[in-house]
Amino acid sequence: MLKTFPKGGVHPKENKFSAGKPIETIELPKQVSIPIAQHIGAPAEAVVKKGDQVKVGQLIAKSGGFVSTNIHSSVSGTVLKIDNVLDTSGYKKTCIIIDVEGDEWLDSIDKSTELNTNIDISVDEIRNKVLDSGIVGLGGATFPTHVKLSVPLGKTCEYLIINAVECEPYLTADHQLMLEKADEIMVGSQLMQKAIGANKILIGIENNKPDAIKIMSEVAKKYENIEVSPLKVMYPQGGEKQLIKALINREVPSGGLPINVGCVVQNVGTAFAIYEAVQKNKPLFERVVTVTGTSLSKPCNILTRIGTSTIELIEAAGGLPEDTGKVVSGGPMMGKALSAITVPVTKGTSGVLIIPAKKSSRPKTYNCIRCGRCMNVCPMGLEPYKLKNMCVVKMHEELQAERILDCIECGSCAYTCPAGIPLLDYIRLGKANLNKILRSKKS
Amino acid sequence: MAINKLTVSMSPHDYGKYSVKKIMSGVVLAMIPALLVSVYYFGFDAIRVNLIAIASCVFFEWLFQKIFIKGKLTINDGSAVVTGMLLAFNVPSNLPWWIIVIGALVAIGIAKMTFGGLGNNPFNPALVGRVFLLISFPVQMTSWPKVSVLNFAMTDAQTGATPLAIVKEGLKNGESYSSIMNSMPHEYVDMLMGNIGGSLGEISAVALILGGLFMLFRKIITWHIPVSIIGTVAIFTAILYGINPETYASPVFHLLTGGLMLGAIFMATDMVTSPMTGKGMLVYGVGIGVITVLIRVWGAYPEGVSFAILIMNAVVPLINNWLKPKRFGETIKK
Amino acid sequence: MDIILNTLITLSALGVVLAVILFVVAQKFKVIEDPKIDEVEACTPGANCGGCGLPGCRGFAEACVKAETLEGLYCPAGGNEVMKEIADVLGLTAEEKEPQIAVVRCNGSHDKRRKTTTYDSALSCAVSATLFGGDTDCQYGCLGLGDCVEVCTFDAIYIDEESGLPIVDEDKCTACGACVTACPKDIIELRNKGKKSRRIYVSCVNHDKGAPAKRACDSACIACNKCVKACPFDAIVVENFCAYIDYEKCKLCRKCVEVCPTGAILELNFPPRKVKVENTETSEIEN
Repeated sequence: MLKTFPKGGVHPKENKFSAGKPIETIELPKQVSIPIAQHIGAPAEAVVKKGDQVKVGQLIAKSGGFVSTNIHSSVSGTVLKIDNVLDTSGYKKTCIIIDVEGDEWLDSIDKSTELNTNIDISVDEIRNKVLDSGIVGLGGATFPTHVKLSVPLGKTCEYLIINAVECEPYLTADHQLMLEKADEIMVGSQLMQKAIGANKILIGIENNKPDAIKIMSEVAKKYENIEVSPLKVMYPQGGEKQLIKALINREVPSGGLPINVGCVVQNVGTAFAIYEAVQKNKPLFERVVTVTGTSLSKPCNILTRIGTSTIELIEAAGGLPEDTGKVVSGGPMMGKALSAITVPVTKGTSGVLIIPAKKSSRPKTYNCIRCGRCMNVCPMGLEPYKLKNMCVVKMHEELQAERILDCIECGSCAYTCPAGIPLLDYIRLGKANLNKILRSKKS
Repeated sequence: MAINKLTVSMSPHDYGKYSVKKIMSGVVLAMIPALLVSVYYFGFDAIRVNLIAIASCVFFEWLFQKIFIKGKLTINDGSAVVTGMLLAFNVPSNLPWWIIVIGALVAIGIAKMTFGGLGNNPFNPALVGRVFLLISFPVQMTSWPKVSVLNFAMTDAQTGATPLAIVKEGLKNGESYSSIMNSMPHEYVDMLMGNIGGSLGEISAVALILGGLFMLFRKIITWHIPVSIIGTVAIFTAILYGINPETYASPVFHLLTGGLMLGAIFMATDMVTSPMTGKGMLVYGVGIGVITVLIRVWGAYPEGVSFAILIMNAVVPLINNWLKPKRFGETIKK
Repeated sequence: MDIILNTLITLSALGVVLAVILFVVAQKFKVIEDPKIDEVEACTPGANCGGCGLPGCRGFAEACVKAETLEGLYCPAGGNEVMKEIADVLGLTAEEKEPQIAVVRCNGSHDKRRKTTTYDSALSCAVSATLFGGDTDCQYGCLGLGDCVEVCTFDAIYIDEESGLPIVDEDKCTACGACVTACPKDIIELRNKGKKSRRIYVSCVNHDKGAPAKRACDSACIACNKCVKACPFDAIVVENFCAYIDYEKCKLCRKCVEVCPTGAILELNFPPRKVKVENTETSEIEN
């Protein structure tokens, strides 16, 4: 019996079309738009101006606070302008637009592919490198990693958990990364382990990736204190609270963080990015993106520069099919629908999913038949049907008592609802409103 | 390149395979075995009652929607069909057509649409219709036609009592349970297969269990409600039978007769009127079981499943409020 | 006979006992309230719209009675008349306020603002606003999903089917401000009603530069500054690429309306101009 989290969860069709496809690189785009807000927290502040020459890896926007991070140029060329460009959020946000000229990297970046397992480096140095390189959680939440690597005073961390679950259907970027860069991921994990002082590294991988489990287990033997655990396939196992529960059977208290139960959770992609940042001095300016969809002719995994337009990735994967109805950044369960295919790839783009027109509209809605399915699949033990009704009539105090803020927005409730009720739409709204009220109460 | 307008919507972008329509059609499919058995024993009458009930339920749903609720029509979600079939299953096969129509009017009009249609009714509509008819037309509702295999001629006008009524009557007259059973024309096998008097759909336990297994397999219902009802009735009656086998009927008899199987599998599991959590469902099922036995053994009516379910329906909101799912991260909060 | 007698005695006894209990409880838990609260509440419109910022008309009445002066307390739904009544009851003086009305500052009807995407989620502006900028290229404009309609207790605002924009019913609007807070795009503003309900305002709130704004919407304010130059009273300022008319300074001369190249400035309830034929947008809003 494989481990998983005990409560709730759904198992959507996996559709991992791009599994086993090697990570490719595509031709450099002619122009990139790099948003200055690619992470949770304060946006970065641009340090280049129109007409500046930049090289690959050069700092172009500086961290705008503690919860914020640096942004680097992903290409070499001239800064065309700093303008508002439609990004993943659906709003026009400030972007640094760079015209690409050649591919000249900063001299400090080690471009060799040789494995460097020497982690004889001080903890402060690791943290500084992570901040300087602009690393954020690459699983999709884009929380600045250096913040997560600073364990608060009085707390100790026993486990570093590497999230290699990739529970979203369709996506295979992390899967492929594990197949190709297992050693680098291990070294990156060890660097993080050192930074947070964890005793042990646990790597959780869902059982639908047997090849990755095999390779990672073999490689892990070479390193100390790394354990690979296969997990039963169940969405949303990649949620950090669910993953901790599945791996070490501890429950993060309501409103708490993983560190409250002695854990820090990081994505495999982040581990690889940290390896590159610390050992190779390479800032985060490219990432692996899965481009996939039922109607796409060549689903694939692409190593792409940040700021590349989504359409170029789609072209590389066989072009946009005629009947496309929806383009999603990320996976089908938590991804964000794009309002245009020109939006730039950001640090948080784990996948580009093409959904055909006939599948892109919501199911027909009926009255709630009180079947309780939403409640049974909620991994947080909430009552989505009730929360939705309370959100509609704006009962915010009751919502707080019903613990709406615990909702991880995994979408299991809306996925499973036989009446097709947009439960999560309203719960998100209620959460946002409640947070607003709580903030205004505080101040 | 030219593209269509993209659709922008909130996550999730993928949806599960369940829909209200599919659930309702699943329930209808699950009722087919019991329907076939009723046709086998009651002949053409079974089809007649079913058709009238379904047609009038759908018609009243349409009418009330049109006049009172307005908004988009909901008759195509299939819930009216299910209500109609359940109502038909709960009445004798020789019921005059106008009584069935009145039953449908009460079921859909009063028990369902007055509260706002599908999903808002606190009581099971089919059962409300049935109980209304039982109280208003006691004679017609309790004169069960005798079963006769594949009798399509409808010449047989003989009526007889259900096993439950026979036992109740006998015990009241001071006879012992064993002597009643000896003179009873039905064996346990008859009760299992449906060769007994009773409402249209409730006679064959096997057919109903078959339908229940189908619904379990299709994940339309969970095991909690049927198992807890049947288990409670079995245990409760076994205790009574253990105390005095002469004045109390055996648990097997209680399980196989009357509307228990129909109630436990099809009526009590109605999603709208049953609790949402597993724990709540168990409480609900135990409540139905206990009340059923209380009515059957000490009450005025020989059968109590309908009343038991309706009484527990009223408690469902309380159960939902009381037995909430366990919140993640609640226990370890310091 | 006995039965009737027994029943009568039991019921009467029960009635007496209960009456005593009720009386005792009523005495013990009596809440002493200022009778003025009731009086003041009777003056209020009783719509419980929340426009005063207090929980309902009763809450407002309590606050009025408790307060030393009526400063800061104003019932927008009732207006000056109601405030005067309340002031009379309490023997205080109420501040006079210019009557206001809600205006929708977006003119991007379906034909002027092309749809670029299809929205398919819960029909609520607030939900939509958390998802994206809107189904047109203008991320500042009206989403047309009717959150303002839903919150209006006076039935004074509705979505026009043809243009997809909300329209304020001038007779019914009390300027309670519910729609202003409900609008996630901050499009609706309370403005002075003006003499004979005549108003001029910039019906656009976009912060894009001229070119992209014009591309997204035919009647967007493109921040060309023509109105600023035309205004003889310095009532117009352009900030963040959008003009704004200060209703305190505006003297309703209508010069800005004439010079606006996109028709983003609207005039309401004016008599037709002598020279030109009345432009169509204005009459559409009037209806």
